[in-house]
Amino acid sequence: MRIEQFKYDNRWVRNFAFASFLWGFVGMLVGLIIACQLVWPQLNFVEWTTFGRLRPLHTNAVIFAFVGNGLFMGIYYSLQRLLKTRMWSDKLSAIHFWGWQLIIVSAAITLPLGITSGKEYAELEWPIDIAIAVVWIVFGINMFATIFTRRERHLYVAIWFYIATWVTVTMLHVVNSVELPISLFKSYSVYAGVQDALVQWWYGHNAVAFFLTTPYLGMMYYFLPKAANRPVYSYRLSIIHFWALIFLYIWAGPHHLLYTALPDWAQSLGTVFSIMLIAPSWGGMINGLLTLRGAWDKVRVDPVLKFMVVAVTAYGMATFEGPMLSIKSVNAISHYTDWTIAHVHVGALGWNGFLTFGVLYWLIPRLYKTNLFSIKLANTHFWLGTLGILFYVVPMYWAGFTQSFMWKQFTPEGILKYPNFLETVNAIKPMYMMRALGGLLYLTGTTVGIYNLFKTAGQGTFQAEEDAEAPALEKEYTAHSNEGWHRLIERRPVQMLLLSLGLVAIGGAVELIPTFLIESNVPSIASVKPYTPLELHGRDIYIREGCYNCHSQMIRPFRSETERYGEYSKAGEFVYDHPFQFGSKRNGPDLQREGGKYPDSWHYNHILEPSSMSPGSIMPSYPHIIDHDLDVSTTEAKISAMQMLGVPYPKGYEKVAQADVDKQAATIADNLGKSGIKVSKNKEIIALIAYLQRLGKDIKGAPKAAEVK
Amino acid sequence: MSVLFILISASLTIALLFLFAFIWSVKSGQYEDDYTPSVRILFDDELKSKPVNKNKAI
Repeated sequence: MRIEQFKYDNRWVRNFAFASFLWGFVGMLVGLIIACQLVWPQLNFVEWTTFGRLRPLHTNAVIFAFVGNGLFMGIYYSLQRLLKTRMWSDKLSAIHFWGWQLIIVSAAITLPLGITSGKEYAELEWPIDIAIAVVWIVFGINMFATIFTRRERHLYVAIWFYIATWVTVTMLHVVNSVELPISLFKSYSVYAGVQDALVQWWYGHNAVAFFLTTPYLGMMYYFLPKAANRPVYSYRLSIIHFWALIFLYIWAGPHHLLYTALPDWAQSLGTVFSIMLIAPSWGGMINGLLTLRGAWDKVRVDPVLKFMVVAVTAYGMATFEGPMLSIKSVNAISHYTDWTIAHVHVGALGWNGFLTFGVLYWLIPRLYKTNLFSIKLANTHFWLGTLGILFYVVPMYWAGFTQSFMWKQFTPEGILKYPNFLETVNAIKPMYMMRALGGLLYLTGTTVGIYNLFKTAGQGTFQAEEDAEAPALEKEYTAHSNEGWHRLIERRPVQMLLLSLGLVAIGGAVELIPTFLIESNVPSIASVKPYTPLELHGRDIYIREGCYNCHSQMIRPFRSETERYGEYSKAGEFVYDHPFQFGSKRNGPDLQREGGKYPDSWHYNHILEPSSMSPGSIMPSYPHIIDHDLDVSTTEAKISAMQMLGVPYPKGYEKVAQADVDKQAATIADNLGKSGIKVSKNKEIIALIAYLQRLGKDIKGAPKAAEVK
Repeated sequence: MSVLFILISASLTIALLFLFAFIWSVKSGQYEDDYTPSVRILFDDELKSKPVNKNKAI
């Protein structure tokens, strides 16, 4: 047997590691800022730092910058060692690394500028979407070429998780990002309304599954046994865990749309698969924790294992809670509240955050051929982080229950006990303060951790090239007669890839295609008409400011909601909404039936200074919408784009749409003038008022039983 | 609309194939070596000064 000498590449592992915790710090800091903004709205400062723009920055930074770089770090390190080969191309590694950082920087610039596609967790505009696809494919080529040139036939379970990650994220990103550009910085989702919502949450849920979960499970299966220096509890369980997980996960997306206008069968499908998911998820958690059987004494002294144990426990808690939240009656309480926020932070702070830091504390000393600078500081980080998680999530659960029950509370006379939404916000402000404290604790821990890691790097010598050797892989393989089918798959990465893609595609196709194709799934309502060009402009301002981060446009069919907001939402009302704006959290009231509720002057004053109309409001003020002129240069392009997407404007309307903009704007400006507000008709506020006053109105003109085709 | 039926039946066919593959694998006593890989990953850390034949051919 010929032994080959080669070198592992540690440079890009190190770079991804540093990028991970440095961006992590930024993402968490932005998180802390927006947490404080919900208590002290004056912290919104200027237009670029309002909650609606910073919240997408926070989520994108944490998911794609912190966890993204974290998973690349884990994959680049473990893949080489599991396959006994160097990453295939240093050049591709470099393009991957710098390309990804460039994408993060462009996100950090465009999101505060209000350049957004308006779809949660996929806010980045189309040029960045393309860049993400390109860099992701570069990563894929590098990874698969490494797999092809491996010296180890067997593909360890972690690698399957990495492969599934790549395949599924590629598909999710491409399908969800199909958009029609009208300029370099603006595009419209090709899907509309409920269909857009289904695609988006299919993406959103599976981004959690295949970006935040599967690569980290792969890392758990590599780094946890390494750190504990004992084999994973059950390798067989890990195989079952993998297949069951990827097969079930892809179907669960609709649980984000329970009680919405999504067809009921799709909701039920999402619920059923979400509940089944608890089995593989807990199988994985148990497999992780039992790996430490007989090694719990190490957990007492080794900060790496402490972090990992809490991470895996948090994974278990979050994946228990997820199925519970997917039950309709539980979701009826939790949806739109801080319960969801608590749930995702158990995952993000606990599972992703702690696993990342566990791996970092294990990895950085190895890359720098030294010991951890201070175990004491690592323990400090651990306790600050753990307490931070508790101080974060407990108040959020409390806030979620409190607010939801207040929303649903009726007096004995049968009227809403808290008809003023603001009352329910003020009741949970103390919890918001506690949450900010929890975030501060966690961020402090992270800072201590970063200091510790830098000190560790400083005292060691970085070894960019690590010598390794392994027997060459024989070309021909003679199968043992009693080999399992699974082994056969493991040796064939391409087939494996196709198999995973097939599995994942089944889930996607069965859910998506019928909704697209069966007309009866989206009843069209005769009285629902396309937006006027001015309203369309206003809608784009609504999207730019990220209003959907705090305001839903989806009234569920509960008495507590129809009493508060009006008639519940119908799928047919959203057929011209590119993109949909259902929202997922109510920091403020639902706006689906906002049209006609208040006079134009109320909206003008409310946008200028929310607390003038609603004392104690936590909404930022938007003086720039009052000041800025509306950009009407895009009117024609917007109408043309909508026509191309099937919105039935008359032929040639795009040429004359501008006249309608001016006419409607003049009417609104006149109306404001009558209320004593002098405002020029070419301001953005006019368009926004036009949109808000249109919201949910069409159906009111319809006959009682909406005409259903 | 026929595309719907084609897609659903194709999807179900693949799903059923998986089910049968799984049942077959369990019944025919597969998953024989489901232990070595978990141990092997623990032994690849440092380069030995002298090449050793770890004899890891599967």
